[in-house]
Amino acid sequence: MSSPAKPAPKKSSNPLLNRERYKLPRQHMPEQPAEQRASRFTEVNLGYSAELARQEALRCLECAKPTCTDTCPVGVKVKEFVQFIVDGDFLAAAAKIREDNVLPAITGRVCPQEDHCEGGCLLCKKGESLGIGYLERFVADYEQQHMDKSTIAKAPPSGKRVAIVGSGPSGLTAAGDLVQRGHEVHVFEALHEIGGVLVYGIPEFRLPKKIIREQVDYMRAMGVQFETDVVVGRTVTIDELLEEEGYDAVFIGTGAGAPQFMGIAGEHLNGVYSANEFLTRINLMHAYEFPRYDEPVIDFRGKPVAVIGGGNTALDAIRSALRLGAGHAYVLYRRSEEEMPARREEVKHARDEGIDFQMLTAPVEFVSDGNGWLRAARCVRMELGEPDVSGRRRPVPIAGSEFEVPLAVAVIAIGTSANPIIQTTTPGLSTNKRGYIQADESSQRTSRKGIFAGGDIVTGSATVILAMGAGRRAARSIHEYLTTGAW
Amino acid sequence: MFKILHAQFIAPNIKRFVIQAPRIARKHQPGQFAIVRLYEEGERIPLTIERSDPELGTINMVVQSAGKTTHLLNSLQTGDSILDVVGPLGKPSEIEQFGTVVIIGGGVGTAMAYPTAAALKRAGNRVISIVGGRSKDLVILEREMRDVSDALMITTDDGSYADKGLVTDKLRQLIENGTPIDLVLAVGPIPMMKAVADMTRQQHIRTIVSLNPIMIDGTGMCGGCRVLVNAKSKFACVDGPEFDAHEVDFAVLVQRNSMYRAAEKKSMDDFVRQREAQLQPVGGGPREACLAEGAGI
Repeated sequence: MSSPAKPAPKKSSNPLLNRERYKLPRQHMPEQPAEQRASRFTEVNLGYSAELARQEALRCLECAKPTCTDTCPVGVKVKEFVQFIVDGDFLAAAAKIREDNVLPAITGRVCPQEDHCEGGCLLCKKGESLGIGYLERFVADYEQQHMDKSTIAKAPPSGKRVAIVGSGPSGLTAAGDLVQRGHEVHVFEALHEIGGVLVYGIPEFRLPKKIIREQVDYMRAMGVQFETDVVVGRTVTIDELLEEEGYDAVFIGTGAGAPQFMGIAGEHLNGVYSANEFLTRINLMHAYEFPRYDEPVIDFRGKPVAVIGGGNTALDAIRSALRLGAGHAYVLYRRSEEEMPARREEVKHARDEGIDFQMLTAPVEFVSDGNGWLRAARCVRMELGEPDVSGRRRPVPIAGSEFEVPLAVAVIAIGTSANPIIQTTTPGLSTNKRGYIQADESSQRTSRKGIFAGGDIVTGSATVILAMGAGRRAARSIHEYLTTGAW
Repeated sequence: MFKILHAQFIAPNIKRFVIQAPRIARKHQPGQFAIVRLYEEGERIPLTIERSDPELGTINMVVQSAGKTTHLLNSLQTGDSILDVVGPLGKPSEIEQFGTVVIIGGGVGTAMAYPTAAALKRAGNRVISIVGGRSKDLVILEREMRDVSDALMITTDDGSYADKGLVTDKLRQLIENGTPIDLVLAVGPIPMMKAVADMTRQQHIRTIVSLNPIMIDGTGMCGGCRVLVNAKSKFACVDGPEFDAHEVDFAVLVQRNSMYRAAEKKSMDDFVRQREAQLQPVGGGPREACLAEGAGI
């Protein structure tokens, strides 16, 4: 178990009255200048100093019923950790976060806080919310620099063994929570690096690999074991883990998996990528460091590049393309900016860096140069019609609006579908009609005894923090199952 | 790390590795492959599993030097290790009693065809094998293929061994002689597989090819290995690597495999220069060892 958190102080040491707190401005996150960062992969946000963190923490209203905690998928006790920051006890703040969140340095960077904790913050009513994500990041980074990891205590062993399939956010969270309860936890990863989408999907400039490695090292210190190069379903099946390798329970957190293509002409042309491939080349395989690293991406320096889609993945892809020297970088999105699912801060950062947002625009064909390479995307303009099943207004093509966007590279970031490897090799594991694994929303139990699932392989593409929430719920019910044997 | 228990050239530039990989050995079925990465800065490349021994926990891989990574790999020796080996990947070959099957292996492709040929033989098929190579040196696994075949034919492009000609010449003979053929499996260079497909299409003979597109993760996550089959995108790593030869768009496969030619050439050129600059073996990690021990250049 991580060092026990001190109980929250009974009385806050914050000397300010509420109306004074309302008047304090939200502290800005220091960031690399846009013109500088647009050509390098180093992190955009630089992090609060201790002084900025304390200033920001003083704004917390310390609500009697904190909605920030209620809206957090893992239930971080925001008010309590922020009070520790006010006190200047940053390690206690970190320990308080760790009670609920084993990956604070990661969520502090990539969580869509506006949809969760900050969206529920009462300060929003009169101004800007508390910078909870920024504070979480500060505390986590401070802990990394100042904490003696040898003090991380291991829980007394329960004698039970759990296999975690996939080392992304849901798997790591479940692993962290379970090891703290004394279970032997073994994480299997298909790729050669631990972290799943955190490693192959999210670029260095938003989430440095070093941060992930540090968080993983912390989990190793807690006793979690990791095995890379294991594609569960192929290298070993779930049933073999349960029956032959002696695991008492399995958690499946393999992510959404397979990239979707648009089904339009020219998708096989050289220069058309899925976002997963484009980002995997750059992030996991370090193509931005070619030729020091072997894996390349197409050399599109000085040439136009577009991403199709409006989520965080789309923005990660196009901002990576910009950093690799794209002459012009477009986001082609078929709805309007209001419907864009991307994190607000990323949209702002992207715009500051010079990304060209073409809203209400969709490709209908990728055009060849005659030699198998992409030359352009033929696009149509859209208008918004009646709301669709997602509740967002449905984009409808405008007749006669077709035009061509010259492109060297197009990256398709329109979502993913379920990877079937586990489902097809695990008899009796129920899936829904889209192929995702069926799991109970609160217990994360699947149709098979002893097998739990959570994250994108259950819900389809979502966010890091929602996957972590599922990992957390799974850990709780796995623990209950291991303790009581009841299903 | 995956230990190389034995490494030996079986032809110029073609090396067979026996690798300690118990998990893969236990699960490997004919038609499946593995992905390897040699060192921290290395790329991931798909490679043939020629056979596996679940008891010993070993797999055999047969590797032809082509670019930087395969040259480095083929410089590794008995006792060295490979950083990452992941597998078995892809769908296994369909093994049942078809009747008479013709197995065609071209060059190093023979290593991929061999385990499927052996399994088809065990399943009670009459196995006729055609093994081809550019020259005598490049005809591989002759003895192994003979052991699992009712008949074995060999061709070399230059006539330096057995019959001069192409594997398709032998296939044509079989067809013209009226040999009833229920299934053809062809594994080799793309032009060879395409030529086989064109020939059997006219005869309506069911034909399977094993494709080798560029790949990264090998689990269906990235879509880089997509091939056009029956005008639809398929991922070779999870939907394949075997496909109905008559539905494969070979032109798109050739086109997509050429996507990184410039980068591949740069990597190879840099590697050759580095090799030449290094007259003495130097200490260090596997990468340095590879550079120092490089073979076949």
